Amino acid sequence: MTEIVDQAAQAAKTAKPAAPDKVVPYAVLLELTHRCPLQCPYCTNPIDLERAGNELATEDWLRVIDEAAEMSILHAHFSGGEPTVRKDLEALVERAAERGLYTNLITSGVLLDEDRLRGLRDLGLDHVQVSFQGTTPELSDRVAGFKGHARKLEIARLVRKLDMPLTVNAVLHRHNLHQLPDVLKMAVELDAERLEVAQVQYYAWALRNRAALLPTRAQLDEATALVEDARVRLKGVLAIDYVVPDYYARRPKSCMGGWGRQFLNITPSGKVLPCHAAASIPSLGFESVRDHDLSWIWDHSEGFNRFRGTAWMPEPCRSCDRREIDWGGCRCQAFALTGDAANVDPACELSPQRDVLDMPLEEADQEAPPEFVYRRFGG
Amino acid sequence: MAERIVLDDASKPKLPRHAKLRFDKARDKWVILAPERVFELDEIAHAVISLCDGETTLVGVIDKLAEKFEAPREVIARDVANMLQRLADRGFVVA
Repeated sequence: MTEIVDQAAQAAKTAKPAAPDKVVPYAVLLELTHRCPLQCPYCTNPIDLERAGNELATEDWLRVIDEAAEMSILHAHFSGGEPTVRKDLEALVERAAERGLYTNLITSGVLLDEDRLRGLRDLGLDHVQVSFQGTTPELSDRVAGFKGHARKLEIARLVRKLDMPLTVNAVLHRHNLHQLPDVLKMAVELDAERLEVAQVQYYAWALRNRAALLPTRAQLDEATALVEDARVRLKGVLAIDYVVPDYYARRPKSCMGGWGRQFLNITPSGKVLPCHAAASIPSLGFESVRDHDLSWIWDHSEGFNRFRGTAWMPEPCRSCDRREIDWGGCRCQAFALTGDAANVDPACELSPQRDVLDMPLEEADQEAPPEFVYRRFGG
Repeated sequence: MAERIVLDDASKPKLPRHAKLRFDKARDKWVILAPERVFELDEIAHAVISLCDGETTLVGVIDKLAEKFEAPREVIARDVANMLQRLADRGFVVA
């Protein structure tokens, strides 16, 4: 997810800058489960997947949804794993809709059918996002480690047949970037409102599979040109969000719109994180909704406050004129690549450790990438 | 397959099904909620959007705003048409 707040609708010239006393999050991602029939080698779930026995009970999730609504969170994303594995998805969506949250189901689609989708719609589900691993069954099913491509297409069509808005989420990497023109076509043919061209971000399973997945500079440049062209050509027809692998960037991404500024993520067992990868930083303690109210965790927990704002920043971030634009980039990436989450994100060209990207970028140019390590329990 | 919506005077703009207008108490402003997006509306943008009910034409919306705000009608007409077309191009207004 990129920065979600958009003030472009402020067409009139009277726009006043927002100056909130207190940071209020916009969105919560509810990872209802880590169970999933797919085994995508770039999954954003942690390597150490949560077992079904540790998952929060229905009443815990209902309470969390109430607490989120009371905090004035606006978006609830039901995710996983595969969220439709949970039999109580309906009850949770219903509660979120009753509390005025904008509800989004992030799904592979492979376990859905028309009755269930219609039921969810009637309970107030606002939007469905279906993930795709490619545009052909051969490639998609190989990447997912599961025969599901045909079913995904059916479900995406059903979403539109039921008059629900659809986002096509296409995760791209060196094995399927050549299908980007067909991804664009597929999204238009499916009558999606929105397409996420999401190049893999290198955390968790994707980091483990980095040498197999990272595209070359030439592949990336070609993709960027295609997206830029499509944005013009498909203006008003298809909204395209584009995420690039920031290993090739000059400056880091504004990860989650800033640590603890817009977004929180709740794991299947109830741990509350500033992003889905944050638990990979072992020095940070994260609290659970089993022990604390969501709003207390957001305001007071060490895990959220450690990297919130700009006071924690090292140089050159601290005096950088982009410090409140990119908020210092990504802490999980700083930890994964330099061993210290408080270091400058090496995706920034001003990072003293920028050379940690040399090895992965050389690997991307290899002729024959290694095999995938599929996402599995006990991986 | 969808086509680009180009608004004209007779268009009857409204929010699409996937977009929701609501008041956000914590931030004390009106917002449009859409997938992965929050559009924060200022007072004028909210006044425009609240008139977009799918029954009032663009001209009708402009007329009502011209009654309400002290500004030359042609300025209001241009600003409103531009704003709604921009929103339509991003899928947040249909007609």
